[in-house]
Amino acid sequence: MKLFVHIGRYFIMIQKIFEKFTKWPILKKLILTDIETLIVGSLGIVSFISFFVGGVVAIQTALNMENPLLPRNLMGFATRQSVILEFAPTFISVIMAGKVGSYITSSIGTMRVTEQIDALEIMGINTYNYLIFPKIIALLFYPFVITIAMFLGIFGGYIACVYGGFSSSEEFIDGIQLDFIPFHVTYSFVKTYLFALLLATIPSYHGYFLKGGALDVGKASTTSFVWTSVAIIIVNYMVTQILLT
Amino acid sequence: MIQAQSLFKSFGNTTVLKDISATFDKGKTNLIIGQSGSGKTVFLKCLLGLHEIDQGSINYNGVSFEKMNLKERTQLRQDIGMVFQGSALFDSMSVEENIMFPLKMLTEKSNEEIRERTNAVIKRVNLIDANAKLPSEISGGMQKRVAIARAIVMNPKYLFCDEPNSGLDPKTAIIIDNLIQEITEEFQITTVINTHDMNSVMEIGQKIIFLENGTKAWEGDKEEIFVTDNKAVGDFVYSSELFKKVRATYRKK
Ligand SMILES: Nc1ncnc2c1ncn2[C@@H]1O[C@H](COP(=O)(O)OP(=O)(O)OP(=O)(O)O)[C@@H](O)[C@H]1O
Ligand SMILES: [Mg+2]
Repeated sequence: MKLFVHIGRYFIMIQKIFEKFTKWPILKKLILTDIETLIVGSLGIVSFISFFVGGVVAIQTALNMENPLLPRNLMGFATRQSVILEFAPTFISVIMAGKVGSYITSSIGTMRVTEQIDALEIMGINTYNYLIFPKIIALLFYPFVITIAMFLGIFGGYIACVYGGFSSSEEFIDGIQLDFIPFHVTYSFVKTYLFALLLATIPSYHGYFLKGGALDVGKASTTSFVWTSVAIIIVNYMVTQILLT
Repeated sequence: MIQAQSLFKSFGNTTVLKDISATFDKGKTNLIIGQSGSGKTVFLKCLLGLHEIDQGSINYNGVSFEKMNLKERTQLRQDIGMVFQGSALFDSMSVEENIMFPLKMLTEKSNEEIRERTNAVIKRVNLIDANAKLPSEISGGMQKRVAIARAIVMNPKYLFCDEPNSGLDPKTAIIIDNLIQEITEEFQITTVINTHDMNSVMEIGQKIIFLENGTKAWEGDKEEIFVTDNKAVGDFVYSSELFKKVRATYRKK
């Protein structure tokens, strides 16, 4: 029952974001700050994780291919498929639910408990728009992060395979190009955009409607991480069901 | 002038405000006093529309607040300043930016005019050498001054202060109280102040509403409060040893 109340309130929140806009010069500044913290600030950790997980995917594939009859370009192929289809969009998004999500929840939540949101409200400002809209716009740049993750993931696989002696450079590159279906990339970016919206709005919801004090900010960040991840996984399942079958 | 009539407000099953009626006069410091948890903050937030009331009515200069649409409420809010219990300064902005914020957000003034107005209020509240500092870098007393400056920068007709001097030493507290009273009289603002501090009551209690468990238990001014036979008020006023002594000397005379 309570879940429906939350879902209802969430959609009302989304609607209110677009009701009355903040003045453009101020909004622009907020958007730029959010791009910096949410997008640019995440590139380091995303690059690091992508590169090494890409490497691990390639090595795992190599180690499971004892059979000499299997073509050596399979490693490049498997790395590409898993990185583009699942690893970059979904796995990275779950990590971002932790990083970006908890940042959003705690920053908005702190403003809630210290009455800064009330202070904005008193001035007649649409606080939904002021606080959440810039985050949605900033996360429209999220596919850029995922593109980097895809590239570095495959590159990590390449390095691991070639320098680990599992396949030659030509074989790996041949594998990357094998049976390439452009629609897979479309599917991947459709997911990414949906995840970006979830990453901007679910943590905002948890921060905005926070009740209590400083301790509750911490709790809300955890809850927000859990629900954002759950939503990402469910949406991932639905999109896959709709687009790939 | 602000009038509240038979306000009721509850959260879930707990009723926090029960049938409160009160009038707050222009050019006066109107105090709402009462124990912690008596509903002062909730009452103030109801007057401001930050909490929706369950029953009753609120009038600003004779205009019903509930009947206003979103646009009219937004208009009204430009005439309202508020000092929050914890100052509620925007912690990502400097002192100066905090004070400028309402002007930038709500007016079409030029940068020149904004700067001029900001400097004027900064001077008015005696904030020295703090313009570029962040709220976390200044003392509690200074934070209150910034909050007051931000609240009056738009020349409000109504000023709300939620415990403007809590957490301050007695001397600074009195300075802040007097500052609020001066501004109120100077600009003929309708000022509503929440407090549980008897010193404030004695300094600026031009009109006092006493809340007890969400009901209005008494109403009067700073002269009357020391002689009323209302038991709840007596318990509140004479809860400290200091005031008990004051009473004892009064009675001897
Ligand atoms: N958002 C809320 N949800 C549920 N209950 C609330 C909420 N806000 C306040 N209350 C309850 O309403 C009652 C009155 O609280 P309020 O904050 O108005 O007290 P107060 O008189 O301002 O106290 P203090 O002097 O400590 O600030 C308290 O019992 C509080 O638990
Ligand atoms: Mg209070």
